[in-house]
Amino acid sequence: MIEYKNVLTTCPYCGTGCALHLQVLDGALVGVLPAKGHPISEGSLCIKGWNAHAFVNHADRLHTPLIRKDGKFVEATWDEALTHVAEKLTTFKAESGPDSIGILTSAKCTNEENYLLNKFARAVIGTNNIDHCARL
Amino acid sequence: MTDRITSLHEAITQVMPQVEGVLALKRGPAGISAPYLFSPEHPDELDLLALWPKEPVPDTLKIIQRAHADSKLALVCRGCEERGVVEMFKHSQLKWENITLIGLQCTQEEAEFCRCAKPYTVHATNIVGDRIAGVPDPLTDKIAAMSLEEKRAFWMEEFQHCIKCYGCRNICPQCFCNICTLEDEKWVETGRLPMPNPSMYHMIRAMHMTAKCVACRECEETCPAGIPMAVQFRLIARDVQEMFSYETGAKLDQKPPQLLVLEEGEYQRTGLPH
Repeated sequence: MIEYKNVLTTCPYCGTGCALHLQVLDGALVGVLPAKGHPISEGSLCIKGWNAHAFVNHADRLHTPLIRKDGKFVEATWDEALTHVAEKLTTFKAESGPDSIGILTSAKCTNEENYLLNKFARAVIGTNNIDHCARL
Repeated sequence: MTDRITSLHEAITQVMPQVEGVLALKRGPAGISAPYLFSPEHPDELDLLALWPKEPVPDTLKIIQRAHADSKLALVCRGCEERGVVEMFKHSQLKWENITLIGLQCTQEEAEFCRCAKPYTVHATNIVGDRIAGVPDPLTDKIAAMSLEEKRAFWMEEFQHCIKCYGCRNICPQCFCNICTLEDEKWVETGRLPMPNPSMYHMIRAMHMTAKCVACRECEETCPAGIPMAVQFRLIARDVQEMFSYETGAKLDQKPPQLLVLEEGEYQRTGLPH
């Protein structure tokens, strides 16, 4: 059976919230179509939205976390990577204080994920150093 | 509207046993519709059939046919979409013999939205809706009546709004080259907005659309800058008709002028690199 469908979603690239359709053929992502009738993007997209599908199956996309060891990136499990980050953050906070740490959130996250990062920065780390990825 | 949906539902149900799928529009979340391949195995899904807004379905059909070249498929198409399929067949982008067309005639309101001269199908044997006459295109007429200086000023102003999203090229079912001149740094500079020379992008596209544009107006609809680019393609189409008696998407057995020249050898090699 041939399957072709479009999945309505929000563009991951910035905070505008344009809608797009992901074209799915036989279970594989093959392209993007703008969403006509959507109140925000009104059937238009910018060059990033038009290419929003490109990274999903890109050959350069990472499949596992990488930890730098002796100047080289080494593949790691998620558990190893998260433990490593948690240990480092704890060490930096203990040695240099919570304001030595800053957090940059992302337009690719949902509102809820950004809210959690804000809570994490202020309540867990104890710093007001939280900003948008556009400040990078 | 309800009547058209019911008639379309019936037409699809009739065609369904002879094909592996029918490409039409399906109502999705928040009432936003998109192209969908209805399968004979899930007839209930036809309850979510949608009519409008129209989509670049000839391109969608190409995507499916590329992976399933020998499958028999049906397409619900409007006049412009049917012309698109005909033109793509002539340029070897679609297999005509594997496509069943279900024609959906446009309403007066839809035709006026597209300023469409031919809001009806002519090749489809299964037809839904009544054929109406073409409507005038006051915008194209207005621009056609301008002096050369006025035209230049008008288009330069319009092109300056371009954010170079490539949406007009991406959505166009007739834009199918594997290597696109618009991505060649030699012609279209990358990394700068507004474009240093915006007419380059748009003039290249206009030239490449000659005797190919079927006036579906998808480019205009998707343009975030609201550039009325279908107007330039329609003006070129008038010239092509006058010079070559060629109307895009009209006749299956009439070769597009650019293919004719190559096949009949009406020009002589001048020693130019080929």
